[in-house]
Amino acid sequence: MKILGGISVIAAMAMTAGAALAQDLTVGVSWSNFQEERWKTDEAAIKGALDAGGAAYVSADAQSSSAKQLSDIESLIAQGVDALIILAQDAQAIGPAVQAAADEGIPVIAYDRLIEDNRAFYLTFDNVEVGRMQARAVFEAMPEGNYVMIKGSPTDPNADFLRGGQQEIIQEAVDSGKITIVGEAYTDGWLPANAQRNMEQILTAQDNKVDAVVASNDGTAGGVVAALTAQGMEGIPVSGQDGDHAALNRVAKGTQTVSVWKDARDLGKAAGEIAVELAKGTAMADIEGAAEWTSPGGTTMVSKFLEPVPVTKDNLTTVVDAGWISKEDLCQGVTDGPAPCN
Amino acid sequence: MTETASQPIPEQPKRNLFQQLELDMRLLGMIGAFAILCIGFNIVTDGRFLTSRNIFNLTIQTVSVAIMATGMVFVIVTRNIDLSVGALLATCSAVMAMTQTEFLPDVLGLGLNHPATWAVTVVVGLACGTLIGAFQGWMVGYLTIPAFIVTLGGFLVWRNVAWYLTSGQTIGPLDSTFMIFGGTNGTLGTFWSWVVGLVAAVLGVMALFSSRRAKVRHGFPVKPAWAEAVIAAIICAAILGFIAVLNAYEIPTRRLERMFELRGEVMPEGYTSGYGLPISVLILIAVAVVMTIIARRTRLGRYIFATGGNPDAAELSGINTRWLTVKVFALMGFLCGLSAVVASARLANHSNDIGTLDELRVIAAAVIGGTALSGGFGTIYGAILGALIMQSLQSGMAMVGVDAPLQNIVVGTVLVLAVYIDIVYRKRLGAK
Repeated sequence: MKILGGISVIAAMAMTAGAALAQDLTVGVSWSNFQEERWKTDEAAIKGALDAGGAAYVSADAQSSSAKQLSDIESLIAQGVDALIILAQDAQAIGPAVQAAADEGIPVIAYDRLIEDNRAFYLTFDNVEVGRMQARAVFEAMPEGNYVMIKGSPTDPNADFLRGGQQEIIQEAVDSGKITIVGEAYTDGWLPANAQRNMEQILTAQDNKVDAVVASNDGTAGGVVAALTAQGMEGIPVSGQDGDHAALNRVAKGTQTVSVWKDARDLGKAAGEIAVELAKGTAMADIEGAAEWTSPGGTTMVSKFLEPVPVTKDNLTTVVDAGWISKEDLCQGVTDGPAPCN
Repeated sequence: MTETASQPIPEQPKRNLFQQLELDMRLLGMIGAFAILCIGFNIVTDGRFLTSRNIFNLTIQTVSVAIMATGMVFVIVTRNIDLSVGALLATCSAVMAMTQTEFLPDVLGLGLNHPATWAVTVVVGLACGTLIGAFQGWMVGYLTIPAFIVTLGGFLVWRNVAWYLTSGQTIGPLDSTFMIFGGTNGTLGTFWSWVVGLVAAVLGVMALFSSRRAKVRHGFPVKPAWAEAVIAAIICAAILGFIAVLNAYEIPTRRLERMFELRGEVMPEGYTSGYGLPISVLILIAVAVVMTIIARRTRLGRYIFATGGNPDAAELSGINTRWLTVKVFALMGFLCGLSAVVASARLANHSNDIGTLDELRVIAAAVIGGTALSGGFGTIYGAILGALIMQSLQSGMAMVGVDAPLQNIVVGTVLVLAVYIDIVYRKRLGAK
């Protein structure tokens, strides 16, 4: 009987976390890996939107395993969820899970990461627009000269979306000969150290004749700025994205021109609202802001892209007001900088 | 109850009901713990845990780990350990994925979804697993490198061989016939499930009957006829009840519509159909039966348990323990290959992370199932029940919405606790 007693104690312990599912609508969220800090922000926003819409929140964490994610989603479906929000661990291996949901008539939202399946509603930030914003900010600061393009990881499809958007903005100036692209490199694994090494190599090859750098995120921008600083060239236009605290600090200092900020809270809120709509039976195409979009794999999907915010020295106050970063962190080591660091 | 006069060897004056039924107390304890677990989860989830649908899900989620756990029993019984099973599964899965999506269609020019693809793929996968397993067994047995080290190295090697073979990409979709091994994509349907269930029940009763006759012939004590009948009734009820539950889970209407569309027919109004027994579960049952027969009825099985109980004595009495180690590891590798078939078919893709941490789940399942790490003792049904308990804990907690870190804390605690209870139980048994 000891066995029974022991196990039941454990079971009881596990069950204290049980959620009461009183509301009519239930939305299930399957996270790929909750260990990363950023998803806590998303979760809070999704919960908030679901509360406002009168839906209950249930979730499961796949702990970076696509097999566990499939089991998780089967379990969420068995709990009778009315809509699913999925942050896919693997864009392809999630297929059977989407299939199972479709069989039950449960709508699926592909959250932030693409799911190659036309039955999923793809919700993310517009990465092409992020690229445009990066290039636009750099281009405004330096309309002609020698440009270096530091791209993202070669295995991440987002890296090419970004690069496509950047090209759209500077294409005309490149054609007219005002801008010359003197260097272009992928950054393995988005690692700042790789970006720094690539930038050093380009600077050496070009004899430091570089006027602006379009870097694809804040991490790579950090590597670029470090390479520039070593040559005493910090202060030339550099772009980035993510709103990293260190990057925003660089914007305040003037060593980085722009950090395109994708507010996870906007994404979470939109996901919660759309999930409630879909659960109530609204068709995917009737969601506000939804449009047809063709994925790189050739799947035509209904999707919604959110607009990111380019943070430059002119609107640094927004990130502080939004509670994203404290004024102290933002203005560390900055004297007489742009607002609010003055 | 007191003893019955018909028994040739009158002993054990005090016999309670369980003793008269001659049930394995350890098995009974595990089933009891499992039942309490299920009922507990069922209450907390407002009756969602013990629905036919969730039981169906649980069984197909358990298969992959359970198949490997049966092999792990033999490995642990011979006082070895295999830390590479998850990685080996990944390699087999990668080899099979490449075979069916690139080698057969492109190199041999058979094209996608050729009728022979699945068979060739499965054979290649099983052969790959067996060979790698035998190779590891050879290093353990003949080169006398400790199994812990060989398989720790294997854990790194095979995980990354899989990665190298596929360049880390997700390979898929897999062959359409191959996918029937995955669970939901391949079930027997209600009629054939009943047929399988009835055949199994009849075979079970016949096995009971023949073992009773054999005991009588050799003058061994047998349990009273009523006890035998009760056991037979329990077995039949369990098998047929399980089939009834799986049949009760109806295929969603949209899925049925699609199945009819594929065949170019229109679904009749109000048509319903149950899933029935998944083929992957049928494979697990077959593995369980074959492995139990190996353990109890063959020379190989006797050698395995004899070697585990006392390796020196076994070697001195003429058992080739080195060759035995190779066989045990080869069997483990074969089962990893079989698991890879089920796991990759279930995902409908080969993903780079397939089988990650499975080695720990497999070892935990075997150990919770009562396999002693000191060797010499373990049962196949225990390991499968252990796998089922682990999966139920995980699925149940996911369903209740327990935080991810808490889930793992609970699973870890249960593992240690189960082994402790087993030790206490065995000590008491020994003291008597």
